[in-house]
Amino acid sequence: MSQSPSAESGPDARTSRLPRIIVLAVLLAAAWLLWSGFFKPLLLALGAFSCLLVLYLSHRMHLFDTDIFAPRFTLRLLRFWGWLVREIIRSSLEVTRLVLSPKMDISPTVAEFDSKCPHPVDRAILGNSIILTPGTLTLRIDGQHFVVHALTESGARDIVNGEMDLRVSQLRGG
Amino acid sequence: MDFALDIISWILLAAGGAFVLVGGIGALRMPNLYTRMHAASVTDTMGAVLVMAGVMLQAGLTLATFKLAAILLFLLITSPTASYALASAAMLAGIKPDAGQAADLEQDS
Repeated sequence: MSQSPSAESGPDARTSRLPRIIVLAVLLAAAWLLWSGFFKPLLLALGAFSCLLVLYLSHRMHLFDTDIFAPRFTLRLLRFWGWLVREIIRSSLEVTRLVLSPKMDISPTVAEFDSKCPHPVDRAILGNSIILTPGTLTLRIDGQHFVVHALTESGARDIVNGEMDLRVSQLRGG
Repeated sequence: MDFALDIISWILLAAGGAFVLVGGIGALRMPNLYTRMHAASVTDTMGAVLVMAGVMLQAGLTLATFKLAAILLFLLITSPTASYALASAAMLAGIKPDAGQAADLEQDS
């Protein structure tokens, strides 16, 4: 998170800050209302105060200068999750088949590749997505360099081919 | 309608339980630590998602369902983070990941 706040500031960043604040405000308000379930004036006022305090602190932490809360990032993240769910189902069934087959036909492989993701948030998303998919495991992230352990050789080849890397790197760009 | 929801919910719960069982069997059958983690990660993903989906159908369209969805989201973010910490710790402890099919015991020597 060492990206300097000045990297994206300028006339463009100033106008695009409002949608990001609205995205976070809606998320916070929804979290408060849905998880408390009380609608008394006192509790609503406390919730509004908490949300405003978090928004102010996030502003002080320059969180709105990065595009984590940009509306388009949220939409792309949801689409990426849809793709990830399909991958998880596919590889879960594959691992299940391997585990239950009498002669476990595994070929554990360590693979290394360089990610296209420049930002630490992207790399965290990519590392977690690799682990979340059964059959592949992130062993180490060193800058852009990923060390991955896969249960089968074809699983390792899929990771190195980098479709997931490409999809994660497209989450924020453009 | 309630009956149909109950049936779908039970199917999801049973399927989730089956994946948890597969994760357990895999963790026992696999030869070494890293391959055991692969088998156990089926429990983290398919097991947790299917069981939570089944419980959500039981709760219906209430605030409890939103809380369950939030728990599921946090589980799906924190469990791979914990797996990464475990894999890093194993690497630091000197357990070689490129040992092929070698079993845990052979690596100790």
